[in-house]
Amino acid sequence: MSTVEELQKRVKELEAQLASVQGNAGPARQKIDVMSSEVVDSNPYSRLMALKRMGIVDNYEKIREMSVAVVGVGGVGSVTAEMLTRCGIGKLILFDYDKVELANMNRLFFQPHQAGLSKVDAAASTLQNINPDVTIDAYNYNITTVENFQKFCDTIRTGSLTGGPVNLVLSCVDNFEARMAINTACNELNQKWFESGVSENAVSGHIQFIAPGQTACFACAPPLVVASKIDEKTLKREGVCAASLPTTMGIVAGFLVQNTLKYLLEFGTVTHYLGYSALTDFFPIMALKPNPQCEDMYCRLRREEHNLRPVVEVATEVTEDSAPVHADNEWGISLVDENTPEDDDCSHLKLVDGVQVAYSVPVDNSTPESSTGGAVAASELSLEELMQQMKSM
Amino acid sequence: MVDEGTRKTLSSIPLLQTKAGPRDKELWTTRLKEEYQALIKYVQNNKAADNDWFRLESDKTGTKWFGKCWYVHNLLKYEFDLEFDIPITYPTTAPELALPGLDGKTAKMYRGGKICLTDHFKPLWARNVPRFGIAHAMALGLGPWLAVEIPELIEKGVVTYQEKSEEAK
Repeated sequence: MSTVEELQKRVKELEAQLASVQGNAGPARQKIDVMSSEVVDSNPYSRLMALKRMGIVDNYEKIREMSVAVVGVGGVGSVTAEMLTRCGIGKLILFDYDKVELANMNRLFFQPHQAGLSKVDAAASTLQNINPDVTIDAYNYNITTVENFQKFCDTIRTGSLTGGPVNLVLSCVDNFEARMAINTACNELNQKWFESGVSENAVSGHIQFIAPGQTACFACAPPLVVASKIDEKTLKREGVCAASLPTTMGIVAGFLVQNTLKYLLEFGTVTHYLGYSALTDFFPIMALKPNPQCEDMYCRLRREEHNLRPVVEVATEVTEDSAPVHADNEWGISLVDENTPEDDDCSHLKLVDGVQVAYSVPVDNSTPESSTGGAVAASELSLEELMQQMKSM
Repeated sequence: MVDEGTRKTLSSIPLLQTKAGPRDKELWTTRLKEEYQALIKYVQNNKAADNDWFRLESDKTGTKWFGKCWYVHNLLKYEFDLEFDIPITYPTTAPELALPGLDGKTAKMYRGGKICLTDHFKPLWARNVPRFGIAHAMALGLGPWLAVEIPELIEKGVVTYQEKSEEAK
C-alpha cells in the first residue's frame, strides 16, 4: 500500500520520535577540561577532589589519565563501569557480546526500555550521558573465540588514552571460559587485572588481584570458592542454572572498584583476594603467590622475570611449604596478616579458612576417570580423511 | 558423580594425548585428528549399541562445530541442531555445547542455547585435561542433559514432534 518513499519518510519520523524519547538531545552537561576542587553545586568532581584535601588521595585528578577495560557488562560489570564513570575515569573500554534482557532487571543499572540492545551499546550511551568527560569504547564480541581473542589482546595492549596498554583490566564475566581467556591474554601481555565473581547461588562472591608473576594467576589453582555454609544437599539445582541478587553484585562491584581506585591512585592497600559470604557476612582476605608449576607457560615466565627483579615491597615473601592444615577448622572471622604461618591446601596457595578450591586436580597424570578406553593411536589417515569419514557416518 | 551407564560409555571412548588449542598451529592439527578419531570411535560404539544419537562436523580450522543430535521419546525421534566454538582456552576449558533451537525454552541454559552442565562436569573435565575431548563432552555433558531435559520439555509441550526430522540423513 505504501511506496518506498512513504516508508522512508515514516522511518525518519519514527527515528526522530525515538531520539526525542531517548533524550538524545546531547549530553546534559558540557565537557570539563580540568577537574576542579571548587565546592559549588555545578562541579561534579568537588566531592571526589575533596579526597585530596582530606589527605586520602594525593593526586585524584590523575584518574583522568587512567584507562580501564571492563570485560563483561552484566550485573557486576555495569555497576563497575558506572562507578568508574562517576569517579571521572579517563577511558573505559567495554567488552560483552550479550543483549539486555528483561530477565536482567533484578540487577542494577540497565532499564527495561533497553531490552534488546547490546549491553555494551546500552551501557555506553547511559554512561556517556552521566559523564561526558569519559572516553568510552564499546566492543560487542565474544573474546574466547580465535578471531576475537587477538582483537581483544590488541585492544588491551594499545587501548589507553596514549595508545599504550590499559592501566587495568577488570574481569566481570560470568563463566570460567572467559576468565581463562582473560588470564591467558593478561599473562601474555604482562597486564595487571582484577578477577571478580559472584557464585551461582548468589550468596557469595570474590575479587582477586592478578599481577602476572607476582600474584597467583587464575590458572595457578582451581577456582577458589568462599564457604557459604550451605549444606550442598539442601541446595536445589533442578530447573535453574543460576540465581542472582543485586545486593551481592553491587557489593562485589563496590569492592572491585574500591581496589581499582586504590591501585590506580596509589592509596591504601590493594587486596590480593577478598571473599564475601553473604549468609554470614564473612570477608576473608589473603595474599596469593603464583604456582611455580602453573599450567600457563606465560605465568611461569612472568614469575621467573619477577624473581629476577630486586624486591621492592616486603609484601611478597615466597615460601614453599606443604602442610595441609586444612582439616575442618571452624572458620571464624579473622583478619589475616601476611606474615601468618602458611596453611597450604593447593601446594602454593596460602588459603585462609573459609576459602577452598572448587575441586582438586591430580598432580600426576594418572588415573583419569575413564582409564580403560586407552589412548587414541596415531592415525594413518590425514585430517581431511578423518573429517570425511566422520561426515559420511 | 557419573552413573554406571555413562561411566561404561566413557570408558570405551579413546583418550586424547595432545594438549593443544586452536592457537597452537601444528599441534592443533594433531589434536584435531585425535578429536576426530575419538569421535568416530564413539559414534561407531553408539551405532553398535543401537544408540546412535548425534552427528558432528567442523569447519577446516576445527574451531567451529555444528551438527545434529536427537533423542527418542515414546518411539518418536526429536532432533536438534547442535553447535559450538572451540575457545582459545581449549582444552583447559571444555567446549560450551549449544542447542540454539531451545534457547529461551528452558532455565537449564545460558544465553545462546548453551546447555547448563552439572556441578560435576567441570571438575571432571579439569581432572582429565588434556585427555578428554569433544566426544567426552558429548557423552558426559550433552547426553545426560538431553536425557533429563528433553522428556520434561516434551511433557510441558515446549518441544513438539516434527514429522520431517525423521528422514533427515
